[in-house]
Amino acid sequence: MREFKTHEYDVLVIGAGGAGLRAAIEAAGSGVSCGLICKSLLGKAHTVMAEGGMAAALANVDDRDGWSTHFADTMRGGQYLNNWRMAELHAKEAPDRVKELEAWGAVMDRTKDGKILQRNFGGHKYPRLAHVGDRTGLEMIRTLQDHGIHQGIDVHMEVTIIDLLKDGDRVVGAFAYEREHGRFILFKAKAIVMATGGIGRAFKITSNSWEYTGDGHSLAYNAGADLVDMEFIQFHPTGMVWPPSVRGILVTEGVRGEGGILTNSEGRRFMFDDIPDAYTSSTSDNEEEGWRYVTGDKSARRPPELLTRDHVARCIVREVKEGRGSPHGGVFLDIAWIKEHIKDAEAHIKKKLPSMYHQFKELAGLDITKEPMEIGPTTHYVMGGIKVDSDTQMSTVPGLFAAGECAAGLHGANRLGGNSLSDLVVFGKRAGEYASKYAKENGAGSVNNDQIQQIAAWAEAPFDRGDKAENPFTIQSDLQVMMQDKVGIVREEKELGEALEALEGFKARAEHASADVNRDFNPGWHTALDLRCLLTVSEASALSALNRKESRGAHTRLDHPDKSEEEAKGNNVVRKGPDGQMQIERVPIPPIREDLAQIIEENK
Amino acid sequence: MPQVTFKVWRGNKDAGEFKDYQTDITEGMVVLDAVHQIQAESAPDLACRWNCKAGKCGSCSAEVNGNPRLMCMTRMEDLPTDQPVTIEPMQAFPLIRDLVCDVSWNYEVKKKIKPFKPRKPDNEDGTWNMVQEDVDRVQEFRKCIECFLCQDVCHVLRDHHKHEEFIGPRFFIHNAQLEMHPLDTEDRLGDLKDDNGLGYCNITKCCTKVCPEHITITDNAIIPLKERVVDEYYDPIKKLFKMFKPKKPDAAAGK
Ligand SMILES: Cc1cc2nc3c(=O)[nH]c(=O)nc-3n(C[C@H](O)[C@H](O)[C@H](O)COP(=O)(O)OP(=O)(O)OC[C@H]3O[C@@H](n4cnc5c(N)ncnc54)[C@H](O)[C@@H]3O)c2cc1C
Ligand code: SF4
Ligand code: SF4
Ligand code: FES
Repeated sequence: MREFKTHEYDVLVIGAGGAGLRAAIEAAGSGVSCGLICKSLLGKAHTVMAEGGMAAALANVDDRDGWSTHFADTMRGGQYLNNWRMAELHAKEAPDRVKELEAWGAVMDRTKDGKILQRNFGGHKYPRLAHVGDRTGLEMIRTLQDHGIHQGIDVHMEVTIIDLLKDGDRVVGAFAYEREHGRFILFKAKAIVMATGGIGRAFKITSNSWEYTGDGHSLAYNAGADLVDMEFIQFHPTGMVWPPSVRGILVTEGVRGEGGILTNSEGRRFMFDDIPDAYTSSTSDNEEEGWRYVTGDKSARRPPELLTRDHVARCIVREVKEGRGSPHGGVFLDIAWIKEHIKDAEAHIKKKLPSMYHQFKELAGLDITKEPMEIGPTTHYVMGGIKVDSDTQMSTVPGLFAAGECAAGLHGANRLGGNSLSDLVVFGKRAGEYASKYAKENGAGSVNNDQIQQIAAWAEAPFDRGDKAENPFTIQSDLQVMMQDKVGIVREEKELGEALEALEGFKARAEHASADVNRDFNPGWHTALDLRCLLTVSEASALSALNRKESRGAHTRLDHPDKSEEEAKGNNVVRKGPDGQMQIERVPIPPIREDLAQIIEENK
Repeated sequence: MPQVTFKVWRGNKDAGEFKDYQTDITEGMVVLDAVHQIQAESAPDLACRWNCKAGKCGSCSAEVNGNPRLMCMTRMEDLPTDQPVTIEPMQAFPLIRDLVCDVSWNYEVKKKIKPFKPRKPDNEDGTWNMVQEDVDRVQEFRKCIECFLCQDVCHVLRDHHKHEEFIGPRFFIHNAQLEMHPLDTEDRLGDLKDDNGLGYCNITKCCTKVCPEHITITDNAIIPLKERVVDEYYDPIKKLFKMFKPKKPDAAAGK
């Protein structure tokens, strides 16, 4: 018998990024008891890294903006695979969620008349991103954290959930270990909100931290929940490429929003060469107009650098492939050039992009106010995730809710920059609200002790692998290389098939991942346990990518280079079959409501 | 660059020692990369914290060659590598293991500071008006990534262990951020004087020197807070006034 401590809550929130914190605040505020779990310290979740801003149609900078335009932009960006109801709710509720942050102490950059300032971002028709320089995520998470600690939420830091517990169909708890001493903890709960973020650690080049091993996706999947859109993984066009040790670290889209341009080794602004049909009417075809747009001229069209991320990433890959790349295999991103237009460009750049200035100065020894940066695509965000009800955020498993990056629906085939931070607070709030409602309407279930003992035994297995023991870091790194290679930015059937086959081999290797017998803060042990989640999300992505025989949004197939109307009629859903194998199904998209269809039409 | 020797602190709160590890250093590597490489090659249970690897989360604080630093922002090229590089945990907090300390005290301290309390909204839609010049200073403080390096280096905590009576520079910043917030109406000066140990700070400025966010902790936060406390409690005329005026004036005044 392995020992464990027990905590009991009405609502348990797993994950303390923007989505989890907002859900916990809502749940606690509605009078239920609430526990909040995170793998790192409070305030260190991925949300802290977000830079550019939070999209909300406040219309502070351009009064032509409104929820319907934001809705239409989100749908166009997602190439109409989005859950349209979520896109509607998000566009309508984001402004209130942003204002609420201000009421809780956030201090965002201001317009001249004292309102919240908004900046341009790719795919957004009007300047829409509320921001604080390029550290918007820090402002959001600190505001929620500082507000949250006074709401009676029980926070458990450096605790990792390793399995969900069910009573019949419904989830009733979660099993965990704490990092500090490796002791087990049982959390009983009437409702659970999953807010664990993304899966970027499945790839070699990524902007994501060690936490992003797809835990929430995998835990929910193993509890029987549907995952949807898992082929859609966003490769952000601008990650650092040099020096090697910083490869993948994000360079915010805000650089382009402030006027940064992309050039190839010939000095050409190659983004002018390929403007997709859906965007020709809103994209400038000359440099002069593009600059006017950046400086706020409302009659000008946006520069092509601000096209959607999937498209910009593909153009960069093309330039590099065709031999027009930068010395270290990227292209150039130049913000220094704005000195041709503004007098005090250096001070302006430092004010608008302070953390980019420091990041390059300190990590690459480069002054972005003087020289262009070298950048290339990096794994950034997963549009796919736990399938949820649009209004309540409940998954297909009763009592299990999801919000934030680990949930899916809002972004469809491609997420617009800035739409994640607003997603977190809009749907975090909803998840907290409805989880609390569920908890009030349902009693506590009972947990199965045998199941708990089995999980605990599984978790301790890496301490005793016998002579077949393998280093978990090696397995993880090999997996990342394989995924980058075969399920990366451009895909084809043969390689995706090979990836699925390779994953079987990795599953076998994961059974041998071993750790030194030491329970105190042991990263080797944690890496060994994380492998299971990484493998689930890797398989879900590869299988979904194989199944979608077209190129759309973030999903590019060499062997199916065009969009297919037939393929676009549904979303890929994966779930665990009765035999324990992963199954995939194409689920038709419900017909869009008439008034929303009209809004899309009007905004075309 | 060649192989470099690292002396890394290994141990828990009861016992520990520096252990030597060798690893290859390539162009552009930071200390955190070296630690990860050592983990992957020879010490998979070497404990350290990190998240963003870009100086944004404040997780990877440690002392590199005796200097409190973010490991992810300390380039190997800036260190002398002909001699061993020492890496040890922060000293102002209890050790958990290797490079990881128990920083939970900081989270407890923050809970005790009175939260943000805004004045009534300026506009009917529940919003406020603030101009950029009025929020610049507060934004400087809000850059804090809670790395706790300033806490680590402050002698009041590090050498004199006044954790019970003194909240440390990080939380003076936090107080300053709230006190100078244009919308806030709460009064924290009494707590600063009586419970938070503001008086213990003798303005050595060590905290400012180590702050990776380059926040001017002493000049912009601590000194103005000290002045406000003096004005509020020790200025004889103010003191007289205080006897006659309601406890907390309208928010806008004095902020
Ligand atoms: C560098 C960077 C810049 C970005 N910039 C922007 C931007 O400008 N605008 C924008 O809209 N979006 C941006 N994004 C995307 C956005 O930041 C993320 O999608 C978003 O923050 C995710 O928030 P979340 O609440 O879903 O998860 P996170 O903030 O990642 O939080 C996940 C939480 O779950 C916890 N967790 C995970 N697994 C477990 C487990 N097994 N047990 C217990 N706890 C667990 C983690 O510890 C963490 O607390 C950016 C992302 C990156 C990486
Ligand atoms: S200036 Fe004050 S707070 Fe800062 S290190 Fe010195 S004594 Fe500590
Ligand atoms: S004030 Fe600076 S040194 Fe102190 S915790 Fe904040 S960022 Fe770190
Ligand atoms: S890892 Fe985030 S600050 Fe170093």
